[in-house]
Amino acid sequence: MKSVKIKNVSKKFGHIHGVKNLDLHIKAGEFFTFLGPSGCGKTTTLRMIAGFYYPTEGKILFDDFDVTRLQPNKRNIGMVFQNYALFPHMTVDENIAFGLQVRKFSKSEIKQKVDRIRGLVHLSQYGNRKINELSGGQQQRVALARALVIEPDILLLDEPLSNLDAKLREETRVEIKRIQSELGVTTIYVTHDQMEAMSMSDRIMVMENGNIRQIGTPQEIYNRPSNRFVADFIGETNLIEATIDAVNGDDIQVKTTSGLVLTGRKQQSSPTLTHMIGDKVFISIRPESINQGTGENTLTGKITFVEFTGISVNYVVECLDFSLKVMIINMNGQLKKIGEDITLNIAQDSLYFLGE
Amino acid sequence: MEKTHLNPSEGNAWTRLTSSNWFVYILVAPLFLVLFAYVVYPFYQTFTESFSGDDALSNYKNFFNIASPANIEALWTSIYISVISVICCAIVGVTMAFLLERYDFPGRRILSVLVLVPMALPPLVGVLSFTFLYGESGIFPRAFQHLFGLEQVPFSLKGIWGVIVVHTFTMYTYFYLTASAAIKGLDPALEEAATSLGAGRVRIWTKIILPMLTPSIVASSLLVFMISMASYTAPLMFGVERTMTMQIYLSRTNGNLNMAATQSMILSFVSITFLIIMRWYQNRRNYQNLSKGISVHRSEVSSRGMKVMATIASFIGTLILILPILVLILISFSVDGAWKTQILPTDYTLDHYYALFTDERTWRPIWNSVRMGIVATLGNIIFGVAAAYAMVRLNFKGKTLLDILIMVPWALPGTVVAVNLIAAFSTENIFSFNQVLIGTFWILPLAYFIRHLPLVFRSTSASLVQLDQSIEEASRSLGATWWYSFRRIVLPLTFTGILAGTLLALVQSFGEFVASILLYSTSTIPLSVAIFQKLYSFKFGTACAYGVLQICLILIVLIISEKLSKGSAGSAI
Repeated sequence: MKSVKIKNVSKKFGHIHGVKNLDLHIKAGEFFTFLGPSGCGKTTTLRMIAGFYYPTEGKILFDDFDVTRLQPNKRNIGMVFQNYALFPHMTVDENIAFGLQVRKFSKSEIKQKVDRIRGLVHLSQYGNRKINELSGGQQQRVALARALVIEPDILLLDEPLSNLDAKLREETRVEIKRIQSELGVTTIYVTHDQMEAMSMSDRIMVMENGNIRQIGTPQEIYNRPSNRFVADFIGETNLIEATIDAVNGDDIQVKTTSGLVLTGRKQQSSPTLTHMIGDKVFISIRPESINQGTGENTLTGKITFVEFTGISVNYVVECLDFSLKVMIINMNGQLKKIGEDITLNIAQDSLYFLGE
Repeated sequence: MEKTHLNPSEGNAWTRLTSSNWFVYILVAPLFLVLFAYVVYPFYQTFTESFSGDDALSNYKNFFNIASPANIEALWTSIYISVISVICCAIVGVTMAFLLERYDFPGRRILSVLVLVPMALPPLVGVLSFTFLYGESGIFPRAFQHLFGLEQVPFSLKGIWGVIVVHTFTMYTYFYLTASAAIKGLDPALEEAATSLGAGRVRIWTKIILPMLTPSIVASSLLVFMISMASYTAPLMFGVERTMTMQIYLSRTNGNLNMAATQSMILSFVSITFLIIMRWYQNRRNYQNLSKGISVHRSEVSSRGMKVMATIASFIGTLILILPILVLILISFSVDGAWKTQILPTDYTLDHYYALFTDERTWRPIWNSVRMGIVATLGNIIFGVAAAYAMVRLNFKGKTLLDILIMVPWALPGTVVAVNLIAAFSTENIFSFNQVLIGTFWILPLAYFIRHLPLVFRSTSASLVQLDQSIEEASRSLGATWWYSFRRIVLPLTFTGILAGTLLALVQSFGEFVASILLYSTSTIPLSVAIFQKLYSFKFGTACAYGVLQICLILIVLIISEKLSKGSAGSAI
């Protein structure tokens, strides 16, 4: 169990920046996730930590030990690949034992460790199976066992669930989290799936175009995004452009371009925002925080889209010059139809203000 | 705060070296050195030789001199033979592919096995059996002569048409292989879709099937053209002296080395041009078939008359394919010198096979070829695998150059490779460790090494490409060193590819004739040259026994490769 410090790391491929000036400290024992759309640099960063790429600039430290240009085989990491990368010519046990053989453990030690880890991932009966005789979920667990059996200082997971079907993905997610907390190993997890990131991580780093957009706990990232990219990327939201009209103590009054006035709370805004009258801001409103009927910040609009999902009813409502995504929890209420008018209200606490 | 003195990446010179960005160039330097020494340098020597003379261009002026048209005529004949060969091979190969893939008729199974027999014939042995069968004193012409009591043989295979027939027989397989692969990939649903849209039989053929086959036909045409241009054995045996390869051979044996160099340069120019066109075409071609599961549907030949016709045709086809091997076996048992004007040899003996293993003078060439083939193939394994690994896995500037340097010897006619080596190594130089290589044991293994490096290279890189890089990375992340990963993961997983290429290279070295005939030294005569010599001293029996031995060896290798690749063979060619 080691911490990982990434100091001012940049990686260029030719003239293209894969990652720019990354500065990051992952604590020992933490479950840390790199989250972002494809091409954002999350896999590049992971591969630099693994040692498959060397940074163009900057340093990577495990605890206080500089590993920037250390070969991957000397880093004592465990890595699970997107396609599992199991050795097709070996059995389950041979795959798991590979790292132990490299470390020159005795035969009896290897057998004991392999048996134990195989139990941990619920594959006790499968030791002599060939890899191609396993299902996707089982292969995934072999890959995890193979990475964990060497007792790595750091466990790296590169989109390990993306090749599984939806149901298995959920099961495996819980499984990985259980094993990780049981062993307490520092874990770095790469994914583009925010559900995975939110449900598993201690902290998340959101990346875009090789830059860090925000680092924080799942709640911080969801409730207090520090910029428009994060607000838009994590969960669904309505982003509405407005200008600050008035500041009264803790309250802020903003006016949208079409003249609609909304009131929110000063503390519900991103840390970089200065609250000067006349400043342009973006209001982020989560669809689930909009309620039907009158209340704080009441507005009306025309329904242009209705979708019934069972748990909820999703509407798209056209109000003045912007449209709102609205999600109403289904409590056997009457479904509205396309073309009908609807009255909505948004609690003042549910308005979140972002800068440019 | 940072304990830099503990930092292993700066710990010692070795780790500092291996983690440097430049380390990859140290790794690939030997590859470039070898290719430079034995491909580029010899080629360059020929190049300079071709420009030596009264004035720089005098050799080229002589070549294109209208007054003595031998050379231009040779160039023209070579191109003429090649074009006709391409056309004949295409007709035979594509027709065979269609018949065997799309129709079911009596004798289809045996025919579809035998259709690849020509691949098992080494060039020299193939031509040899054709002359025995259809040549001026061959079995068939004589049989007809006796049958009808004629003065002269009524027909015989000779001259340019002899060459073309042999080319067609030995090279239609390139068309057959690519066309049948393409036909297998042709989704029957495409035809059904066309039919449902109202297209008739003819329209389906011209608008759907032929356009889909075009890429494979073009690729094979380029390949066959290249091989025909390089063909040496057939013109030699049928006495067509006015071809480029024969001209080079004659210039060389007459001691006109400058002219040989000039002719080589011109032939190389044609070959390399075709190599470039071929690579360019391969990169841009390909109609991707979008559908996955393709059900084979073969139309059965149903009408009675057609059935009889088909049976007779496939019987004749089978006979044509199998006869060259049968005649070799037959003559290998005949007593040397006893077969003169009879249709078939009269006296038979087992002596030739006995001598293969007991008579020192008879088995010596076999032993020579085995030794030289093994030396060359060992080199091929080391450099072919290393180069393939570098090409597929490493990132460095000059990859394209490496690719070209390896593939060029494959495109160069064997005659040209030989001329290049003569130009480079008939004097001492640094690359030959200050030895004159010509006339020693080493020159032939070197020639085989250069000619067959692409075989190992291509089959290895094909299987490396299929090996997901993350498997190797997984091994590294588990703590394995590069060498340990290579040994335990990469080698076992690419073993079949490497072995297939290696066996092919070994067999080719064992039967190599074209470069051998120009380079061999009398102390180490290779098998193919021995066959040629036996032939010219009328020891047909011994020559054929050698030939049968070669065929057996090739068949064994083909069967092993087939087993290894479980039907997906053909990638190494």
